[in-house]
Amino acid sequence: MGTLVVEQLFNGIQLGILLFLLAAGLTLIFGIMDLMNLAHGSLYMLGAYVSATVARWSGSFIVGLVVALPAILLLGVLLESTVLRRLYRRGHLDQVLATFGLILFFNELVRFVWGPAGVEVQLPAILNGTLRLWGANFPVYRLVVMGVGLAVAGFLYVLVVKTRIGMLIRAGASNREMVGALGVDIARVFALVFGLGAALAALAGALAGPIYAVSIGMGENILIQTFVVIVIGGIGSIRGAFVGALTIGVIDIMGRSFLKDIFALILPPAAAETAAPAVASMLIYILMVVVLSFRPQGLFPARTG
Amino acid sequence: MRLTARSFAVLVVLAILAVVPAISAWTEVPFWTDFARRMMILSIGALSLNLLMGYGGMISFGHAVYIGLGAYTVGICAFHGVTDGFVQLAIALVVSALVALVFGAISLRTRGVYFIMITLALAQMVFYLGVGLEKYGGDDGLPINRSSDFAGLINLKDSVPFYYLTFALLLLALLFVQRLVNSRFGMVIQGIRSNEARMQALGHPTLRYRLTAFVIAGMMAGLAGVLLANHTNFANPEMMHWTRSGDLIVMVLLGGMGTVAGPVIGTVVYLALEEFLAGFTEYWQLIIGPFLVLVVLFARGGLLGFLPDGRGPHGSKRDG
Amino acid sequence: MAEPMLEVRGLNKSFGGVVATDNLDLVIGAGEIHAVIGPNGAGKTTLVGQLSGALRPDSGSIRFAGRDITRLPAFARSRLGLARSFQITSIFHEFTALENVALAVQAHDGHSFHFFADVRREERLRATSRAALDRVGLGHRADTIARHMSHGEHRQLEIAMALATRPRMLLLDEPMAGMGGDESARMVDILRSLKGQQTILLIEHDMDAVFALADRITVLVYGRAIASGTADQIRANEEVRIAYLGTDEAA
Repeated sequence: MGTLVVEQLFNGIQLGILLFLLAAGLTLIFGIMDLMNLAHGSLYMLGAYVSATVARWSGSFIVGLVVALPAILLLGVLLESTVLRRLYRRGHLDQVLATFGLILFFNELVRFVWGPAGVEVQLPAILNGTLRLWGANFPVYRLVVMGVGLAVAGFLYVLVVKTRIGMLIRAGASNREMVGALGVDIARVFALVFGLGAALAALAGALAGPIYAVSIGMGENILIQTFVVIVIGGIGSIRGAFVGALTIGVIDIMGRSFLKDIFALILPPAAAETAAPAVASMLIYILMVVVLSFRPQGLFPARTG
Repeated sequence: MRLTARSFAVLVVLAILAVVPAISAWTEVPFWTDFARRMMILSIGALSLNLLMGYGGMISFGHAVYIGLGAYTVGICAFHGVTDGFVQLAIALVVSALVALVFGAISLRTRGVYFIMITLALAQMVFYLGVGLEKYGGDDGLPINRSSDFAGLINLKDSVPFYYLTFALLLLALLFVQRLVNSRFGMVIQGIRSNEARMQALGHPTLRYRLTAFVIAGMMAGLAGVLLANHTNFANPEMMHWTRSGDLIVMVLLGGMGTVAGPVIGTVVYLALEEFLAGFTEYWQLIIGPFLVLVVLFARGGLLGFLPDGRGPHGSKRDG
Repeated sequence: MAEPMLEVRGLNKSFGGVVATDNLDLVIGAGEIHAVIGPNGAGKTTLVGQLSGALRPDSGSIRFAGRDITRLPAFARSRLGLARSFQITSIFHEFTALENVALAVQAHDGHSFHFFADVRREERLRATSRAALDRVGLGHRADTIARHMSHGEHRQLEIAMALATRPRMLLLDEPMAGMGGDESARMVDILRSLKGQQTILLIEHDMDAVFALADRITVLVYGRAIASGTADQIRANEEVRIAYLGTDEAA
């Protein structure tokens, strides 16, 4: 049992890191451009599909990743400059509706190009193994994902805290109008931020492919979880996204794995059997509601205004 | 009621709806009756959402839940042998009201995007609950073999009577919403949408009123759900998925928020477009997606927004 | 002395490191017009916010008509008769002037859980609203949509809405903000006509208006009341002169 707990904790952290990649981009976009972008999940999905397909053609997982990232980044920038730019001044409702339309479009596009079935991702042999530590099994690939994610987290930290661009981003997240008033080309900053977010989403998608299925609805499922993460973590805050993502990842995985056993301690087995999966899916939402009742702005709100 | 261009458009649509079964019989295509009935059922749902969105300024991304609850009430009752329509309806309304009360109490303390996200999250919770309930079909849904029995007054398995029952309910719903928005309650709700801080400063306990609107809208959607269950003979969790709530929002938007009958137009157009495009290509969403984007960017007042109304519209600006 | 209408003791409010209200005491008698003046950033609007219930003070107490209202929410204070107008116009732009005022009247006329009767036919409501509009000279604009009214008319509407709630006391936050000479004079007339009938806390920058209307004046600087007294006393006060009125002109 002990090893199972460790393994699931590990999986939870790994999910959390994947969520972080998505949440970081989303929280920046939302924090700086005040744009509620439902299509963020679509970029994730496209990253997964493109990466998996190119990996298939070329025979190399790495090549797939390397091609997918700039491709989706380009798509993101294109999207921002054509459609999304016009939505900055509109209310959140308009943004939700327009990006909802984008979701419909991208889902259908994927179905059109790739068909309704998903895409299989083959991992290269070196990544396919398992590491055995302290009696528990840790898939090598998941370790790699965590490594990459942490590296990205480190990169983002350096970028945001130590560079001038990062300073602009933080200032923008805190008070958008001021940054514009300071004479910074705000359109460029926005395009940059969106491109960064798109690249992160694509990376998450490419990495997620081998672990979760590459399928059409994958964007929406993880999108909601990502929103829960940034709402809990505080909009505009990368630190919040990190903490929130790990928390959600761990709670979600651990909940699904162990809630039944926990319930069995207090409920009759049949009830535990039915209640557990339902409650497990609801856990992260319950958590969000709880957090918002104490800290309506999230745990680490970046916004001053 | 003055006959403005808008009212005229609505009357035309209602008139057409009134004669669809006749057209269906004449052309020997029963599909039209089914299709139009579905439009009317979802219109009731959209009408209730418009009450929240257009008049109340509350953008709920979880409204489809109440339709699902209504449908599942019928399904679960039928599953356990309770086929009395009146009982099912009563339970559906109570369940919708209670859930709306709880969800409203939780989410209405928030604003803007937080509100949208919370309603979304709560809706997904119910969705997963539905998927998890193996006993009632889980993911596959719950087939409903016996229609609701309204003391034998109407046989819901019979397409045309069911159609006119739905039509009558739609008219009733329109009348209800119209009275509501012009009542004291309606003024307060619109005032809250316009400037909540001022309403509080004036002495209105705003949370109470918003919650009431939330519950009323939930109950109306529950009614739509009861009808839907009888229409599809099915109840499944997919009815409560957040993308269904998205559909409802689109229907309200298309018709023009802040007009009483706009949602009917919006629903009719949306479903008709869906059907029409699906006839051309199975990839019709490739077109509907960008269409939606264009409507949001350029036709913000919805389709009815293009028609003059005598005075300016009460709303459809930034939600804030 | 009879029970004061408003009694503020030891009010404190800070935003992060900024002290907006600094151990403030204030007493306003019934029927008095009490002006609060001070440079920008002195915390005047913050004060009004705490009095009306929009803001929670960090510490201190507020008593209104003998009742402790420190913890009471905004709508409850309004119900007790404490009305406020806003410095930045806060009306209902898509509604007509009449409807704006009607919403105010409605708030104090029982509850609004009436779902079926057409509110536009409620004659009593309309009559009361019209009367409030006439009081401030906006009767002729009753059916104009607020968005189409001038800034000065908006400020008048603000007062009408506050009056329509049949208050015992008015908190007026810069009612003359952004007004030109004629409009200001008109506003002064309106406020003067309320003298004696209403207790008023008046926040204003327009010194002519303040000296014309106020029975007593409190001067606020950095959240602290540095002086309080009659118009003459304030004009003569050295500290006030330096801090706010400028050191030259005698009255």
